[in-house]
Amino acid sequence: MLELINVDVSLNGDHGKIDILKNINLKLDNKKIYVMTGPNGGGKSSIAKVIMGIFTPTNGKILLDGVDIAQKSITERAQMGVGYAFQQPPRFKGLKVHELLELSAGKTHTCNTCNLLYDVGLCAQDYMDREIDTTFSGGELKRVEIASILARDLKVALFDEPEAGIDLWSFQRLTETFENMNRNTDTTIVIISHQERILRLADEVIMIADGTVSEITSQEKVLSAIEQFDKNCRCSADCEREGYRNVNFG
Amino acid sequence: MLTSVDKNLLREIADIDTLPQGAYNIRKNGQGIERHVTENIDIVTKTDKPGIDIIIKPYTKNENVHVPVILSEGLEETVYNTFEIGEYADVEIVAGCGIHNESDHNAKHDGIHEFFVRKGARMKYVEKHYGEGSGKGKRIMNPKTVIEVEEDGVAELEMVQIKGVDRTVRDTEVKLHKNARLIVSERMLTYLDQVAESNITVELIGENSTAQVISRSVAQNNSKQLFHLNMRGHAECRGHIQCDSIIMHNAQVSSIPEITAFHGDAQLVHEAAIGKIASDQLIKLMSLGLTEKEAEDKILEGFLK
Repeated sequence: MLELINVDVSLNGDHGKIDILKNINLKLDNKKIYVMTGPNGGGKSSIAKVIMGIFTPTNGKILLDGVDIAQKSITERAQMGVGYAFQQPPRFKGLKVHELLELSAGKTHTCNTCNLLYDVGLCAQDYMDREIDTTFSGGELKRVEIASILARDLKVALFDEPEAGIDLWSFQRLTETFENMNRNTDTTIVIISHQERILRLADEVIMIADGTVSEITSQEKVLSAIEQFDKNCRCSADCEREGYRNVNFG
Repeated sequence: MLTSVDKNLLREIADIDTLPQGAYNIRKNGQGIERHVTENIDIVTKTDKPGIDIIIKPYTKNENVHVPVILSEGLEETVYNTFEIGEYADVEIVAGCGIHNESDHNAKHDGIHEFFVRKGARMKYVEKHYGEGSGKGKRIMNPKTVIEVEEDGVAELEMVQIKGVDRTVRDTEVKLHKNARLIVSERMLTYLDQVAESNITVELIGENSTAQVISRSVAQNNSKQLFHLNMRGHAECRGHIQCDSIIMHNAQVSSIPEITAFHGDAQLVHEAAIGKIASDQLIKLMSLGLTEKEAEDKILEGFLK
């Protein structure tokens, strides 16, 4: 179980101190899927980063199974079972896909790189020995990033907009991968996303805005709110709904 | 006789623990100490100046030649080696120089290598430079490599300087004829107050010749590096230079790529970049459980691989 208690994060910007996160309180159980959503710039990624240790909280506690990890380093948290799939993963000249996945899995944990790549919709034969360099497209990079998290034995897995750059064909596979992870492990899964199909995986939906938790709710509520929003739309021409031009919403 | 120091040097530069298979010539402290020739590969001592001629018969396939040089004392030498790779041969040549200098005198090896890759032949040339020893004397290596690749020939060069070379000026000149192909992969690490300079000039003379030069380096501490990679297209040809450096501490790196086209159908590209290790790379690897130091080592190891 992961608990955030009164967590604040402030960073020093060009114009003095900026409060990124304000008084975040969250209780995240094992074997559950949480989807964090909300407006861009609201603080979703910052919450993931403060859990991973990329940001250090200015105040507050972060308890992982009762142990306060708030002041621990990224490395220590990783070794304790926290993992984070970056929104924009870095490229590595000279590091091959299988090497990154083996690094992720660690020495004690054997990993089947073929299966991992299959889970994210990549052909192992084509990708295993490729260097993660500038020849990788954004979508390919995201998939390898997700695979690098799947390779690990985690207590908490954070995915930052995993669907970005993933084509429609692979989307189904991606949601199945999250479902399988949820079924087969006790990992607390946190997914940052705006996607309806990802929202449908959620045990709970956490709405983040202005650096605070604005609401913790169910997927049904969020989805019905979206539906209502669509229904209320009267523009009848220019917006899209589920991939179709909005021509006849009465 | 090979001492344990010699064996260590040989391991570093040629990946060999004992005498290699196939043809070889081992030079130690200015003298040839071991030599073996095969039916297809002959090695002959030059009579007019120090050095050897390596003659590979046409159509020789899947053979290799080791010609390592080791210095275990403060000694300065200039050696001339000539390689003749016969038509349609396909061979690997492993050169390399290792210096173990415990003395206060400079140990310096200037190797002048000349290659003729004949029609349709294929050569892979691996050269590793390595230095060790606690003496005040500098470890210096100045290789000059001149290569002519004839029609349909292929030359693949792997030039690596990983450790312990205090001063180096590397000059590489390549001429490519019709359909000839060149692939150069250069790797360099400098640290402390080492200074390294690499000049590579490729003349694409023949129609449809191609060249790719990839240079990667890491400069640490107060070391200095200079790269001057030059491609000149005289015919319909394709050439690509990529020069990438990671800079750390107070090091200094200059990268001067140059391309010149003398023909309307010459296609030449150069890319050069210098920068420190990206922080998101470090954070990514740390978030997999590596310490900052381990993450840095991993990134450098991959980059220089």
